[in-house]
Amino acid sequence: MAEKILMKGNEAIAISAIRNGVDGYFGYPITPQSEVMETLMKEKPWETTGMVVLQAESETSSINMIYGGASCGKKVMTSSSSPGISLMCEGISYIAGAELPCVVVDVMRGGPGLGTIQPSQSDYNQIVKGGGHGDYHNIVLAPASAQDMYDFVDWGFDLAFKYRTPVVILADGIIGQMMEKVEMHPMKPRRTDAEILEAAPWSTTGKPAGRERNIITSLSLDADIQERFNRKLKGKYEIIEENEVKFSEYMTEDAEYVFVAFGCSSRICEAVVDELRAEGIKAGLLRPITLYPFPFKEIERLSKQVKSMMSIELNLGQMVHDVRLAVNGTCPVGFYGRQGGNIYTPEEIVAEFKKFNGLA
Amino acid sequence: MKEEIIIAGFGGQGVLSMGKILAYSAIMQDMEVTWMPSYGPEMRGGTANVCVILSDRKIGSPIVTKYDTAIILNQQSMDKFEKTVKPGGWLVYDPSGITSHPTRTDINICRINAIEGAARVGNAKVYNMVVLGAFLKAKPIVSLENVEKGLGKSIPARYGSMIPLNKAAIMDGMENVEIVNRV
Repeated sequence: MAEKILMKGNEAIAISAIRNGVDGYFGYPITPQSEVMETLMKEKPWETTGMVVLQAESETSSINMIYGGASCGKKVMTSSSSPGISLMCEGISYIAGAELPCVVVDVMRGGPGLGTIQPSQSDYNQIVKGGGHGDYHNIVLAPASAQDMYDFVDWGFDLAFKYRTPVVILADGIIGQMMEKVEMHPMKPRRTDAEILEAAPWSTTGKPAGRERNIITSLSLDADIQERFNRKLKGKYEIIEENEVKFSEYMTEDAEYVFVAFGCSSRICEAVVDELRAEGIKAGLLRPITLYPFPFKEIERLSKQVKSMMSIELNLGQMVHDVRLAVNGTCPVGFYGRQGGNIYTPEEIVAEFKKFNGLA
Repeated sequence: MKEEIIIAGFGGQGVLSMGKILAYSAIMQDMEVTWMPSYGPEMRGGTANVCVILSDRKIGSPIVTKYDTAIILNQQSMDKFEKTVKPGGWLVYDPSGITSHPTRTDINICRINAIEGAARVGNAKVYNMVVLGAFLKAKPIVSLENVEKGLGKSIPARYGSMIPLNKAAIMDGMENVEIVNRV
């Protein structure tokens, strides 16, 4: 059995990057995710795997280093928290527009503005609906444990290269700061130059004789060309929506009430479901693991079996709009949230649930 | 079995590392654990706390508001956490620096003067291990053998020679803990 190490979610991201053959990390410190770069600096992967770790002078700089590294077909990643991610959004839009793979980790804190340093999920809209300008999507993965943080790095790069698109691991201060046991998987070596050519034949690694030069750009001045490109992206997103939705269910089989929650909130809602079940109330939980693509079909299916649904989020109500789209009027949809870095307790959610459903 | 513990005190008392050693000891016993620290402004201003949950089953919420045990090392934390102990639970505290001692009669209370304990062992840095010893005497949820393994995992290899000292501090805490209230 693989060894289980106690580590923070942030440390798991760093260790996983090294162990999964990531070529480069470019970042800038910000609470609550500074341990990502701290761990990388402590581990010194440039002495072992040859991975580059670099502290840029700002988030704007680090995301553009990602743009450059990704253009060369390298597995490159960055991490930040909400205000830093806002600075990166221009770069993420360019990366989406240039169809490049990368992994961006956002360990969310309370906003808007500099906000607080405590956990939040208030960047759902920003990350799931785009973030930067233009018609594009990030694939968005929502970890709920330190093990997820470890596993999602590798999964994220698989998706990023498969679809040539930025992947965002949308975590929060709890998942970043909490320590849990993490099981390590076998090391994956970094790709060789030959393997990069195979995985990323579009990359700018030097033009050999016999093929056209590869061009990485997000600029096109011709409306028709740009429209064709937009439609190509749309086709790609349809394939992603068809094939990559991931979610988990807890006690939904006979549920009369279903909570929808992601990340740390999904764990808190598991405790809520247990508490309600102990009272004889048939509650269940659907946890979207991918926020884009969103599990619309599964929520629609559940909406036909339940009396009501409730979206539980550490924000003022963002994912609830997607839940309502999925439910499309089939059952009532409630919302409860906390903001500013405050966290709800299971008891608090139970009380709000009863109020919403007239069970109090 | 599920044990929800809050450990709270000043930064520098070893609150976070005590939690980590306890969590690692439980992993050695094949339990599930979560360790959730305060990392907000309160930590920057001096007080630190960590919520450690040990369980036989997968842990849902890592955030709780009522605890089976509170380990309290300063007055601010006493004010904040005495009331959060579940009835019948345990409150372990260090009386030095405490001006208002706990008054609840529906919980078990014990105290350990860990400054004296650490002095007896001969190193102020193992203060937190004296406190851990007091807790383990009150609630032997992890075996000493596993605590020793947990220490080995938590302490960087270059400080491996410090393990016997840490163990001595734990033993001191176990011997010198004083029961104040039993329910």
